[in-house]
Amino acid sequence: MNTQGRVFKYNDNVDTDVIIPARYLNTPNAAELALHCMEDIDTNFVKEVKKGDIMVAGWNFGCGSSREHAPLVIKTCGTGCVIAKSFARIFYRNAINIGLPILECPEAVDEISANDEVSVDFDTGVITDITTGKTYQAQPFPEFIQNIIKNGGLLASLKLNGGNANE
Amino acid sequence: MGMTMTQKILAAHAGLDKVVAGQLINAKLDIVLGNDITTPVAVNEFKKAGFDKVFDKDRIAIVLDHFVPNKDIKAAEQSKQCREFACSHCVSHFYDVGKMGIEHALLPEQGVVCAGDCIIGADSHTCTYGALGAFSTGVGSTDMAAGMATGMAWFKVPAAIKFNLTGKLPANCSGKDVILTIIGMIGVDGALYKSMEFTGDGVASLSMDDRLCICNMAIEAGAKNGIFPVDEKTVEYMTGRCERKPVVYTADADAEYERVIDINLAEITPTVSCPHLPENTRKASELSDIKIDQVVIGSCTNGRMEDMETAYKILNGKKIADGVRCIIIPATMQIMRECTERGYITAFIDAGAVVSTPTCGPCLGGYMGILAAGERCIATTNRNFVGRMGHVDSEVYLASPATAAASALTGYITEPKEA
Repeated sequence: MNTQGRVFKYNDNVDTDVIIPARYLNTPNAAELALHCMEDIDTNFVKEVKKGDIMVAGWNFGCGSSREHAPLVIKTCGTGCVIAKSFARIFYRNAINIGLPILECPEAVDEISANDEVSVDFDTGVITDITTGKTYQAQPFPEFIQNIIKNGGLLASLKLNGGNANE
Repeated sequence: MGMTMTQKILAAHAGLDKVVAGQLINAKLDIVLGNDITTPVAVNEFKKAGFDKVFDKDRIAIVLDHFVPNKDIKAAEQSKQCREFACSHCVSHFYDVGKMGIEHALLPEQGVVCAGDCIIGADSHTCTYGALGAFSTGVGSTDMAAGMATGMAWFKVPAAIKFNLTGKLPANCSGKDVILTIIGMIGVDGALYKSMEFTGDGVASLSMDDRLCICNMAIEAGAKNGIFPVDEKTVEYMTGRCERKPVVYTADADAEYERVIDINLAEITPTVSCPHLPENTRKASELSDIKIDQVVIGSCTNGRMEDMETAYKILNGKKIADGVRCIIIPATMQIMRECTERGYITAFIDAGAVVSTPTCGPCLGGYMGILAAGERCIATTNRNFVGRMGHVDSEVYLASPATAAASALTGYITEPKEA
């Protein structure tokens, strides 16, 4: 599995309120919500994002509210992957549960620039900045989490394992 | 090496004698919670995955609180979906308009959560119940769906930071000033993935409302959970209230902590978080030139009875400053009723404030007090992110009920004389 696309770059502490403002949370419809992804800090994101594009951000990405709508809108917009220095824990969990690929790699975040063309190999965790020619190695997921992703998310995993996600 | 209080609760719920930080476990859940925003997503996932039964109708709590009484047609549809799901699965802890309150004030008040529990909630402030000596953490809607179906959740056992509390708070400070001070010290990811375990001689002096407020904002330091030991005050609070028998866990004497932070409560001062992160803390006394347009006193952080009492003591017989809108929101119907009986509501109205029935409303920019561009609000809520209470060019300052009420009278951020 891999993704390749253009980089949208953000700072530290991108919170779920700016990923999807609560004023739109009167619907669970992902396509409708996705029209507002990132709009409070980047009105161009929704206009410009293409399938496979990559978000690169600093520490504590996805902090704040537990709203699963946040990873869901990022995924629904076509974003192929989020690379951050670190993720807030509920966002991290939600992204895995709904199948949005995420990677932690501080060096890559420091060196990759906005608008670079980047590819990510999820099996190896290798991030390649095609624009600069540099490669980075992200932390691999623990095997247990890799299994959830491989099985297609938490609920699909539970179904396969008779109610036990940790097998 | 021994276990922390959190690790002991997790071990017991995973059927293990011992767990260590970093271990992945599957734990039994005592309560699975959702609200009117997160439950519809969970219900859709639950159905999509082909589940048709909940694991235990008495262990699921669904609280309509973010946008109720329904703010618009779409919100009404979400409430309706929650209502239909709760009804079809006979969910016993379903709280609709008239019975509802803000979930994290309501569930402890109604005795739905108790000491020793392992709880997940599809709301980030689920960490509030650590005040009762429970392990309680926020998750997303898919985890809620899985929890409702199986009664289990996977966890990575957290490492912990110990906060050793000593002394007693000054008269003009409360739990909110403690947690804002701590977030200012360690930052919004200072406890990322970890437990915040509060302990020490100073705990006894903190009221249950203070402890609930402190644990409520553990998530604002990135924590997985916040937790207090169970003492006489906890037992007194739970007696006659909790429907299940509380179980008391205590940290081992040789439990491992990544860091120990000493906090002398006597040195806490009224604290305010400036825009746009909870870690941007300053002393209230340094912000007296900040003019405000709105005051909000309420939320899952500070809408409890002591918070209302504090607001009453400061506002009673006084007038809200010209040009300031003061919105007071008791967090549950029981608190609203008690405010009415004690004459607080009349005093608030006479002071020039408005009082709303329980709702999360303005805290997350839903309704009931949205800010226009350039407007500033001092609020007892929990987040001051960009656009959190309205326009992206508005500002939220987080503070205690005492600081918020004192500021309502002057129109500027004001250090309270007493809480």
